[in-house]
Amino acid sequence: MPPRWGMAVDLDRCTGCEACVTACRAENNIPTVGDTQAARGRAMHWIRVERYFEGEFPDVRVKFRPVLCQQCDAAPCEPVCPTYASHHTDEGLNAQVYNRCIGTRYCANACPYSVRFFNFFQPRWDKPLHLQLNPDVSVREVGVMEKCTFCVQRIKAAEVQAKAEKRALKDGEPTPACAQACPAQALVFGDLNDPESEVSRLSRSPRGTRLLEDVGTRPKITYLQRQSPA
Amino acid sequence: MIDGTLAPSHPRTPHEINDDLLRPVLRTTWRFYALVAFLGAIVSAGIGSWLYQVYRGFGITGINWPVYWAFYVTNFVFWIGISHAGTLISAILRLVNATWRPWLFFWLIPYPNQRLIWPNFRSPLVWDFFAITTYLTGSTLFLLLPTIPDFALVRDRTTGWRRRIYGALSLGWRGTPKQWHRLESAMQIMAIAIIPVAVSVHTIVSFDFSMAPVPMWHSTIFGPYFVAGAIFSGIAALIIAMAVLRRFLHLEAYLHPVHFSNLGKLLLMMSLLWAYFIFSERLTTWFGNEPSEMEVFWATQRGGYSPLYWTMIVCNLVVPFVILSLRRLRTISGCLIASLTVLVGMWLERFLIIVPSLSHKQLAYSWGSYRPRPVEIVITTATFAAMGLLYVLFSKAVPIISVWELKVGARARTAPHPAPAGVAAPDASAELWKARP
Repeated sequence: MPPRWGMAVDLDRCTGCEACVTACRAENNIPTVGDTQAARGRAMHWIRVERYFEGEFPDVRVKFRPVLCQQCDAAPCEPVCPTYASHHTDEGLNAQVYNRCIGTRYCANACPYSVRFFNFFQPRWDKPLHLQLNPDVSVREVGVMEKCTFCVQRIKAAEVQAKAEKRALKDGEPTPACAQACPAQALVFGDLNDPESEVSRLSRSPRGTRLLEDVGTRPKITYLQRQSPA
Repeated sequence: MIDGTLAPSHPRTPHEINDDLLRPVLRTTWRFYALVAFLGAIVSAGIGSWLYQVYRGFGITGINWPVYWAFYVTNFVFWIGISHAGTLISAILRLVNATWRPWLFFWLIPYPNQRLIWPNFRSPLVWDFFAITTYLTGSTLFLLLPTIPDFALVRDRTTGWRRRIYGALSLGWRGTPKQWHRLESAMQIMAIAIIPVAVSVHTIVSFDFSMAPVPMWHSTIFGPYFVAGAIFSGIAALIIAMAVLRRFLHLEAYLHPVHFSNLGKLLLMMSLLWAYFIFSERLTTWFGNEPSEMEVFWATQRGGYSPLYWTMIVCNLVVPFVILSLRRLRTISGCLIASLTVLVGMWLERFLIIVPSLSHKQLAYSWGSYRPRPVEIVITTATFAAMGLLYVLFSKAVPIISVWELKVGARARTAPHPAPAGVAAPDASAELWKARP
């Protein structure tokens, strides 16, 4: 059975430190757009930490929620793409094929989570940042949509390694940059088809919820709701 | 049926009809060149802006995360609507054989959309592509068929390269009874075929929105709502085009107040139909009280987009209703004013369907806003100028009012036993359709 990659996010553990955001940017060659463009809503972040404030001052409680592509099983972005740039892999990943993308931006409109980002300009890296680009990840050009891939390059590398060593993948072997960087271990990645994996165990938690589940997208990310009292 | 083809006080002989209607094709004044230069300048600015955008990237527009569609998609839907409506109106009028029909479908050129390389047949954009190419082919045929006799007329009055071009376009037309019969059959078939095509095309344009799980896009009403809006804006554009032609090509003898009054009544009916659709859409949304939809609902009803929303209501309902329901105000100028407001209102309608929903999707964190940047305003203006330019050039290349159909209308009026216009084969008095030697 092919793996079915998924993630569990424990909101009780998330401190909102944004280490995941930084790690993702470094791993996936996500360009920075500068303050002017960021103010115009062109900033890209494949993972973001949403902050929600509850209560009235001074009795305020902040709630963090890391939001990345939910890798939906019934992804609204996939059928609308006229060129199959957004398509489903047999490992359940919601892949984006940059060379097929012609920039209709339809997928980003259809995505209820708004986790797809468009390259409004040709990306640039100020020196010496261009020297730290990850060679395993293609650099996207202007006019192309991009999004979280669950660090598919890491998954593929782990699979190739396991195959070379003639063994099965171990739980936790491929880990996306965000989960690896999370100091509180709020993000747990793994194979949902393996009932013994950590991510499967957490996903079965009674605290588990899925973001905008009522839209019917069947996301593969499970959020474990906070249970600590305010 | 109102017979206003030719007012009784203005009996025009076939020769006069030839002179009046072929004049724009055969003679060119400085005003034509001035108009072409003016519109051409705006279109050039638009093309230049577009090339600059291709060079720099979409970033020079105002679109952003999460509002990825804005002015350009608004223009796309708006112009598709206008193009559909014109052909549709013409086809319906042809079928019901209304003798006051204005024969003005030449100004319709569907907005081409060829962005698909590897089609995913699940994508509404791919449906769009096929629908639009079908429609482009069908409406071109629909437009060319009835112009064949007029191309022949122009062929017989020109010399040199123009004679050769019009000769090719007229497909060897000689005006034999057999040819007339075939032309009538072909036109009747196209008039029937183009209606379902036009309805389905605008429905599919609406599917671009209603297939996506976006608040207030995901609606079953969108298909008929968009078709009604297309006809509504199309009639308005038709009235404007007719008023402009009447004034500048001096066609007062052919386009009478009764034409405008009747089209005005049609516009009034469509205005009420449009109001019914928006009322149904708004009421069901409000009553259903679904949280994410209500955010979009209130953003348009009384939030940041409400000035545009209420302008739309005034332009699409209040002004046309007041002007067009009062006989005293339903003059040519009255119809023109109502049509201009309808065009503004319908453009706003398309904008208000697209942008408020995208800026208020389900997750409150991702809410955003949109403001157009200069390049979008220039290109939008250029689409209007391009429409005018194409129409002006068309009026130069093609007799803008079907000459032979007018003659059939004139004959139907004067003959003792009038044959239905557009159906009678004019074999009995063939000299009427002959070009002046």
